[in-house]
Amino acid sequence: MKMSLSYDLFRPYSLSTTYPLAGDGACSGNGPESVELPLAMPSPSLSRSGKLAGVAIVLLLVFVFIGPLVWQQDPSRQWLSQISMGPSASNSARLVDNDSLWQPRGEVQTAVVHSANTEFVRLQWPAVEGVHAYQVFRNFAEQSGLGIPLAVSRVAYYQDELQLAETRYRYTVKAEGSDKVLAEWEVTPEPAMSRFEAQLQGLPEQSGRVILPAHPLGTDALGRDILARLMAGGRTSLMVGLIAPCLFIAFGCLYGALAGIAGGWLDNVAMRVVDFVIALPFLLFMILLRVAFGIGPGEDGVFPLILAMVMMSWTGSARLIRGQVLSLSQQPYVEAARLAGMGRLQIIVRHMLPNVLPMILVSFSFAVPSAIFTEAFLSFIGLGVAPPSTSWGAQCNDGIKTLLSHPQQMLLPAAMISIAVLAFNTLGDALRDAGDSRLRELS
Amino acid sequence: MWTFAFKRLLSGAVTIWFIATATFFAMHAVPGDPLTRDKAMSPAVRAQLEQRYGLDKPLVTQYRLFLGNMLKGDFGISFTQENRRVNDIIREHFPVSAMLGITALLIAFIGAVAAGSIAAQFRGQWPDRLLMMAVVAAISVPGFVIAAVAQLLIVQLNNRLGQPLIPVAGWGGFSHLWVPALVLGLGTMAYLSRLMRASMLEVTNSEYILAARAKGAYGWRLFWSHQLRNALLPVVTELGPAIAALTTGGFVVELIFAIPGLGRYFVQAVQQLDYTVIMGTTVFYGAFLVIMVVAVDIAYGLIDPRIRYSRGR
Amino acid sequence: MKSHWGQRPSPFLIFFVAIFCGALFFAHSPYAQAQAVDAQTSRITLSLATEPPTLNSAQATDTIANFLLSHLMEGLLRYGQDGSLQGGVAERWELTETGARFWLRKNARWSDGKPVTADDFVFAWRYALKPETASQYAFILYPLRNAEAINRGELPVENLGVRAVGAHELRVEFEKPCPYFLGLTAFMSYMPLREDMVQRWQRAYAADADKLLYNGPYIMSEWIHGASIRLRRNPNYWGRNEVAIAEIDLPYFTADTSAQFNLFRDKRIALASLDSGQLDKAVEQGFDIHQFQTGALFFLEFNFRKGRITANKSFRKALQALLDPSILVNKILGMPGVLPAYSLFPTTVTGPIRSTGEASYFRDQFPVRRVTANLDQARDYLERAKKELGITAFPPLHLLVGDSPRALQEAEYYQYVLKRGLGLELRIDQQIFKQRLEKMRRGDFDIVAAAWGPDYDDIMTFADLFSSWNDNNRGRYNSPHYDALVSQAANTADPKLRFQAMAELQELVVEDVPILPTYESASLYVQHPQLRGVRRSIFGGDPNFRDAWIALPEGKR
Repeated sequence: MKMSLSYDLFRPYSLSTTYPLAGDGACSGNGPESVELPLAMPSPSLSRSGKLAGVAIVLLLVFVFIGPLVWQQDPSRQWLSQISMGPSASNSARLVDNDSLWQPRGEVQTAVVHSANTEFVRLQWPAVEGVHAYQVFRNFAEQSGLGIPLAVSRVAYYQDELQLAETRYRYTVKAEGSDKVLAEWEVTPEPAMSRFEAQLQGLPEQSGRVILPAHPLGTDALGRDILARLMAGGRTSLMVGLIAPCLFIAFGCLYGALAGIAGGWLDNVAMRVVDFVIALPFLLFMILLRVAFGIGPGEDGVFPLILAMVMMSWTGSARLIRGQVLSLSQQPYVEAARLAGMGRLQIIVRHMLPNVLPMILVSFSFAVPSAIFTEAFLSFIGLGVAPPSTSWGAQCNDGIKTLLSHPQQMLLPAAMISIAVLAFNTLGDALRDAGDSRLRELS
Repeated sequence: MWTFAFKRLLSGAVTIWFIATATFFAMHAVPGDPLTRDKAMSPAVRAQLEQRYGLDKPLVTQYRLFLGNMLKGDFGISFTQENRRVNDIIREHFPVSAMLGITALLIAFIGAVAAGSIAAQFRGQWPDRLLMMAVVAAISVPGFVIAAVAQLLIVQLNNRLGQPLIPVAGWGGFSHLWVPALVLGLGTMAYLSRLMRASMLEVTNSEYILAARAKGAYGWRLFWSHQLRNALLPVVTELGPAIAALTTGGFVVELIFAIPGLGRYFVQAVQQLDYTVIMGTTVFYGAFLVIMVVAVDIAYGLIDPRIRYSRGR
Repeated sequence: MKSHWGQRPSPFLIFFVAIFCGALFFAHSPYAQAQAVDAQTSRITLSLATEPPTLNSAQATDTIANFLLSHLMEGLLRYGQDGSLQGGVAERWELTETGARFWLRKNARWSDGKPVTADDFVFAWRYALKPETASQYAFILYPLRNAEAINRGELPVENLGVRAVGAHELRVEFEKPCPYFLGLTAFMSYMPLREDMVQRWQRAYAADADKLLYNGPYIMSEWIHGASIRLRRNPNYWGRNEVAIAEIDLPYFTADTSAQFNLFRDKRIALASLDSGQLDKAVEQGFDIHQFQTGALFFLEFNFRKGRITANKSFRKALQALLDPSILVNKILGMPGVLPAYSLFPTTVTGPIRSTGEASYFRDQFPVRRVTANLDQARDYLERAKKELGITAFPPLHLLVGDSPRALQEAEYYQYVLKRGLGLELRIDQQIFKQRLEKMRRGDFDIVAAAWGPDYDDIMTFADLFSSWNDNNRGRYNSPHYDALVSQAANTADPKLRFQAMAELQELVVEDVPILPTYESASLYVQHPQLRGVRRSIFGGDPNFRDAWIALPEGKR
């Protein structure tokens, strides 16, 4: 979130340093022919890192758009029996009837495990005279200590259903208020799924078992496949990251060009408006606008997000373009074109557009990462997209709760954001350098 | 010069008015109001509360009253912190944000000048590549990830040492300050490092440096009195907006490190629709931003005689 | 083109140094790095979720204020270490069907040394009920005669059914029988206020540490807004010898459980609540993990307004047969101690007093009928609902939820199960706090995820929630049967009749499904091993350190 600031808030004040090509690079040519140069130049002269970044962007796009065709898991499908799992291969699970009202028949003489699977572990121990309540604890077998206090039971049996995984557990029973251990077991539950869930998921039963799919990156806190979610989240993140800059740069360009062409008091007023908008504290207003637009039930919240971004971010390109239009219209060749009887529109399309296009391209590729960051930031503070839509930022927000126990749930989407931002930033650099002959000579 | 400053200040004042108006109407467009509570209240109680906060008046009247009070420098009383004046909230919490922001900026500035200069001196060699890689990494990781991971690392470190070396969260003393400030300033540091490197390269290859070298200036003297000073100029220009951005942009760092800054209050206020706090904070930050930019514009002119005010903006 | 600006001190440098020094000056905090528990000075350090919105006991509504006020102030009665009611400012009392009498201790004093008198209570209760005070919790004083009329502005405050007989006796008259009144007097709205202080500070009363008076076990020695609060043992408190912990420092305000847990791991705070995300780590570190039932019920509330699908009983029964609270609790929430809810009344609700004289739990006496999840049955009900409503397909339903991460997670779970199990589309309407409340009030939802924490220790705090006259009944559920049962219980002091009506009410909620209970919340926490005797409780401010003490470290015994 910080960098989105540095880019968004800084750029308006640092045009001269961020875009050295604006002042002297591209416009130093002396005829209409050389003007086309920057447009043609970038691709052949892109630096190696620029090309690499381009490849990375293509790969990202392939991942989020083509990926779902290859990896056909539904990103919103919740595997209730596989919550917060690490990477796993496809395996089979036994179907069991879950009954939370389970009671054992009769009493026992020694501590017994009636059954142990990932749906339930049923424990029973001999009742002790004079004990009103038993405390049941569970821990991972390899760890010391009692672990989590599962419950206080007033009967001498207990059924544990709490997020069981296929690992070795140690159960301990103590009388409440005393340190004496009454019973202890080590248990490894076998993979299982309740009939209710199998029916809900519509899984075909094969001799009392069902087949569960693989999760190469594991599942999240709601049992959803992380790989599928990264693809789905990337679609939103990249869509916002690409569409919002398209819109605000387009709007900004139009605004700037109109102001520049109109000139006079109109231009003055228009630039005052730009000054006002620039003065608005960016993140404060993003939050405020996002809340003011609100999202209705069922909406994914992408539109208000983009709208808020457009409202706050168009000024940079408006200034840039206006400055260009003003300086270009004084260029001799534009002068010449005008004298030759070319119309305004024609001049803009023939002479001005090719000149500013590379600049727009550069500012676009810098706007993308900042838009991705802004989306991530808003999703992170819970003001982003709404489910079932998801985005990388929203996934980070989900994942931060489990950062301690399952760091991958946050680090994976965070890594995706970083890769995307890195790629677009590098591409932007490369494009700018390619356009700026002077810098190229230096390096 | 003075006319220029006056003009800038005047347009700054208009800008602040614009911010206030935009915030006021954006906020009142949100359904619900700050008086809504989770327990139902009787109409009599509600009427009392509305009257207390002046919400019973038409919107335009509220707006007029608000503008009047704003001119007097009074932002009213908070809805959620029922007994506190917004001015007090700002006065107590802004210094925290400012302190965090300025420390972040100092760290970022010093780090960036050092990194940028070194990278430029060793252009194309491994220190340059290493630094620029670090810069790119710092730009590309979202701040909340850095903050969360940094906090986790501190805990691990303290655990490993057996005694708390760095505070995990909270506020008080410099020991609480520097990690959040570093986290907050990292992005800016990366950005400024690139700027510094580019500017340093430009200066190093400029004619007057070649001339100075020809006249016999070498080593530190050349670097200190010629290269560094001139290369700093574009970096210094960035400080004004940077300080404003860092001071107003510390939300997540403040949230994660439990720092009682104004940003944290703002997020809470938005969620609670605390009209007065939202208005007060936005207008205050807006004014701060405007003043920073104007100050930089003016100060820049003092530094660089090449800039003439008549040109304006 | 050599620049000379470096020769004189840069205006920038001066500018920034000036700002920096200024900020340093303002942000200066006397907080020194304290240990979680300091046995020598008998001091503990804790964190606070947020700053209390107000400490004016007549206006406070939130749990944070409740926690602080239960240490700073004392009502007529208070909850003791074992959860029973004990004498606070009152040393004797007497409860009848028509009223109550309290005899105040002579040695109860305010922090300025003046005695706490019966007039302080009369003033406080009148003040809380005055419409101008706009107290959210005024309703909790409604058992007093004429209270409701006074709160509506129909009667002057002097008509309130409470009066002081001399300085040390208080007589209370009831509007109707109130068998749970003694418990109410421990609640913050019933705490005494000193008229001269309230008059002196007016709106600024209780805005700062020196703008309120204390009569509880602690005084607030420092309140730096947004940064820290410090409590010190009250030297004027009548029971000062029973208070072992001399100082409670609250230098961290954070609601983030992972930040709290990190502070705890760092030995900075003595108590930290855990979320499911920190659980495994806490276990791995070998901390003792404690749990405690908070007594709050979470539920899905249906909208009964005209034209809503959810007004159809078969439809609600379909959801009831589909959504198994036990799956939500065990798979999604993953917090031990959180219990799946099947009844309007959580397991913590007090029931009739046993013949042996000890208190019992309502649910032990009157178990709830449990509906087990059954997909086929749910689909049958849905078909029936379709016929009854005369529609061929269901429109999307709107589920209104808050903006907390957990609320969203739950909503996503419901969304998935409804889609998968019944083919219903559930649209999540996630709103910030105030907007959600506004939409609830307007009835702008089909289903809303809501919660209710008990205000006082009686079953009625849950029971009258869905009576047709209750403004907190956001779904506008209107059942004459339900209303009759509530009235029946409210107008009698006979425990047998009351609880019989309540048992019937419990069954009615299962049968008619005005709400779908989901879970009973619990709090998991880690606590410094040397800190003992901390009382966790649903009523009377949680956690409570009045009777806590610091044990010597292990091995030094």
